[in-house]
Amino acid sequence: MSWIGRSLPRYEDPSLLMGRGTYVADLARNTASVKFVRSPVAAGRIVGMELPDGELVFTAADLVDVKPIRPILHRPDYIAVDQPILARDRVMFCGQALAMVVADDQGLAEDLAEQVFADVEADDAIVNFADALADGAGAVHAHAPGNVLVEGKMRSAGLDDAFAIAAEIVSLELRSGRQSAMPLEGRGGVARYDAVSGRVTLYASVQMPHMLRTGIADTLGMPEADLRVIAPDVGGGFGQKMSLFPEYVALVWLARHLKRDLSWIEDRRENFLASAHSRDQAFSVKGAFSKDGILLGIDADLKSNVGAFSCYPVTCGVEPLMALAELPGPYKVKEYGARSRGVTTNTCMMAPYRGVARPMLTLTMERMMDVAAKRLRLDPVEIRRRNLIDTFPHRSPTGLVYDEGSYQEAMEVAVNTLDVPAFRERQAAARAAGRYLGIGFSVFSERTGYGTPAYAARGMGIVPGYEIVTCAMDPSGSVEVRIGSSPHGQGLKTALAQLIADELGIAPSKIKIISGDTDATPYGWGTFASRSMVIAGGASKLAAGKVAVRLRSIAATMMDAKPEDIELEDDLARVIGTNQSLPIPDVARAAYHQSHRFPDAGPGLQDQAIYDPAGTFSNACHACIVEVDIETGGVVIERFVVAEDAGILINPMIVDGQIHGGVAQGVANALYEELIYDETGNLLTASLADYLPPTIAEMPNIEIEHLVTLSDATITKAKGVGEGGTIGAPAAIINAICDALAPFGVEIFEIPATPQRIRDLIRASERNDHG
Amino acid sequence: MAEKISITLNINARDYAISVEPRRTLADAVRDDCGLTGTHLGCEHGVCGACTVIVDGKPVRSCLMFAVQADGRPIRTVEGLARGDVLHPLQKVFWENHGLQCGFCTPGFLMLAAGALEAKPDMTEAEIRDVLSSNLCRCTGYQNIIKAVSAAAVEMRTCQPSENC
Repeated sequence: MSWIGRSLPRYEDPSLLMGRGTYVADLARNTASVKFVRSPVAAGRIVGMELPDGELVFTAADLVDVKPIRPILHRPDYIAVDQPILARDRVMFCGQALAMVVADDQGLAEDLAEQVFADVEADDAIVNFADALADGAGAVHAHAPGNVLVEGKMRSAGLDDAFAIAAEIVSLELRSGRQSAMPLEGRGGVARYDAVSGRVTLYASVQMPHMLRTGIADTLGMPEADLRVIAPDVGGGFGQKMSLFPEYVALVWLARHLKRDLSWIEDRRENFLASAHSRDQAFSVKGAFSKDGILLGIDADLKSNVGAFSCYPVTCGVEPLMALAELPGPYKVKEYGARSRGVTTNTCMMAPYRGVARPMLTLTMERMMDVAAKRLRLDPVEIRRRNLIDTFPHRSPTGLVYDEGSYQEAMEVAVNTLDVPAFRERQAAARAAGRYLGIGFSVFSERTGYGTPAYAARGMGIVPGYEIVTCAMDPSGSVEVRIGSSPHGQGLKTALAQLIADELGIAPSKIKIISGDTDATPYGWGTFASRSMVIAGGASKLAAGKVAVRLRSIAATMMDAKPEDIELEDDLARVIGTNQSLPIPDVARAAYHQSHRFPDAGPGLQDQAIYDPAGTFSNACHACIVEVDIETGGVVIERFVVAEDAGILINPMIVDGQIHGGVAQGVANALYEELIYDETGNLLTASLADYLPPTIAEMPNIEIEHLVTLSDATITKAKGVGEGGTIGAPAAIINAICDALAPFGVEIFEIPATPQRIRDLIRASERNDHG
Repeated sequence: MAEKISITLNINARDYAISVEPRRTLADAVRDDCGLTGTHLGCEHGVCGACTVIVDGKPVRSCLMFAVQADGRPIRTVEGLARGDVLHPLQKVFWENHGLQCGFCTPGFLMLAAGALEAKPDMTEAEIRDVLSSNLCRCTGYQNIIKAVSAAAVEMRTCQPSENC
């Protein structure tokens, strides 16, 4: 019986439940504490630094041999910028590290940090698009005078014709506020210096341990072999823990310089100020529709505020270039033109956050569909039916190839689940009673599990994508699988064990997955972009499949049968159609200790495989019912339905958990969370009293329906599912609010739709009515 | 540095004689002075609840309490829930219902729920939601946490004292 498809409780959980998890701060005992002194202003010239005497205090002057972080895109429209480890002459954003101090414990380090005084001559900060793109605007980086660090463009030949023949042109200006991925555990590192070997072991709360090793070694000019990076238990990442941050470079430099064990565990304020931000986009989009509601063309101007620096390794192109490539989403529009810019400002660096570009582009397309439907007097579901892709493979106007999916079917499932006709009756009755209910839909594609071709196409200097997996069955019949992916809460170890168990015919409890240690795993790309189940899963299946071939060959020799007649199941190697079998551990022992009998299979039972797929598209429709309190502007989500197609589900319980958590972050994006800078570039929302993630009180019960399309684009038939919840939810919620407020003619184009913003729109509509 | 004060923290029925600065939080003392790192720090300003422990039978934010305030008072942390390797009913239902992903907030939710259910074993789902809205989780969307705590409420009401509850 197959292990795939079972909701197996996770092997990761018992230690985490008993408080025996090992997060990076748990490893900081008996280390000296490092504290960073951060810039109080967003932009300015460092005139001088007053440092306490006789203490361990370091500034940029101590780091003259350390290179800055310089992420590269090989594109003529990209301007590379340097991020220094500590600010040298200028500060570029509020919270940038200016100095670092070392003391015996965290409290003393914080006391010492307060004795450092940085004299900064403040300049006018460039905070938002208006500041950065104004005529005569100052330059954040002197060598990038227009403040545009990357600018992608494309335009299909027939775009002008599409707009010329359009019956209706829908023009929208959309805006997404700035967000933090806000993992509950912040960033942190513990660097241990080994005096005998001179090596440093860096334990760090990160998603890409090998990339961190490469980045630090390159910056410090040291051999990678002298650095071991370990990601222990990691308390969430969501993209924020992908990038190379200056603090990690500084920590390894300090450990080597002082020959000491050191730790840096950031606090929540530091995480808000100086880790990485996301979203903060403004999209101007025009859609050309025929009178039947067919979308003929899109013309878009897309802006992403990328902050002061470019994130390593994916660069500040990650948001703008994905927005450029994927705006058309699940719709079969033929003509497309867009310009997409990454705009630099004196704000915290932007880096990937769950969904990357797609929450905003899905909001854009789904608002456009609803507005067009209203103008053309079509039902919002019907206009989507007429435009959703339905033949595969589908080639988008930007050249992306979509594998088999169920875009139409998923929407119909969501529509049926919410029983739209019954809802419309209830909505009418509620309105008559002064209550405002609304229903909203959001259909989208989720590109997942893409390998090197996708990143190479973007022009990345460092091209991630493949995974190398080694699989070894030991003489006792247990299995060790080493992966380059680096899970941090996804339950990947359990899911991979289920997948591998089916290949080898043994129980998943006998399979140990080793990850997150550069000394113990093949070079790999960590966990991000909904890639691990598809790519590390694919490589695991291939590697285990190779071991299974050896197992069958040895078992065949042992039982005097043919390898093709051996099946591996229930911990046995069995000759098909007979009652002859051997326990798999007996075969494994023979493979190591009687190898002379099996010259063709070779000694031992280990192999490796590489998987580097082009990528596969998951798809889903989110649909929800909301109630809006028109007096307060508050929104309550009454029902939330996700009809999702991620191919075969290896562990359905884990998949549903990914959707629940993703939707919560989408709800946050739609209604609650926003990082706000004032006009001087000072962050006003640097605590959880000001930045408002949803609690249990704000979250609806999420109803999930699965569709299963089998695609050849993934060898496990599993598609990625990590980001869909976050991508689809904002558009469904905003469309539902607009439906609820249709009597007021309210249309929302800015998120989060806070009570204040909703009240402002209702008030404006009332003024229009009476004025 | 202020002079250190000698106190005794009684955690999970064991005494820890430690010497701390008056400014040291209970959370830091539990983690760093007593070595019980199952209690986590997510915000250190009393919002996220990851550091929740039980003092005098009530769930409290250990980042908002000074260690000296807890001198001599009974403290329970996540390490005290299981008996050896036998999981507490709350831990068991979190496991079975996928009530955790990265696990960082989990000790705080477990101690919050344990304290609440011990005080009122027959909480309704609405009451459970109300109590649990004190803490933040970034991974699960809370759905399976509600499911788990509701299941634990039933289990804790019905199981025998010998069964670790």
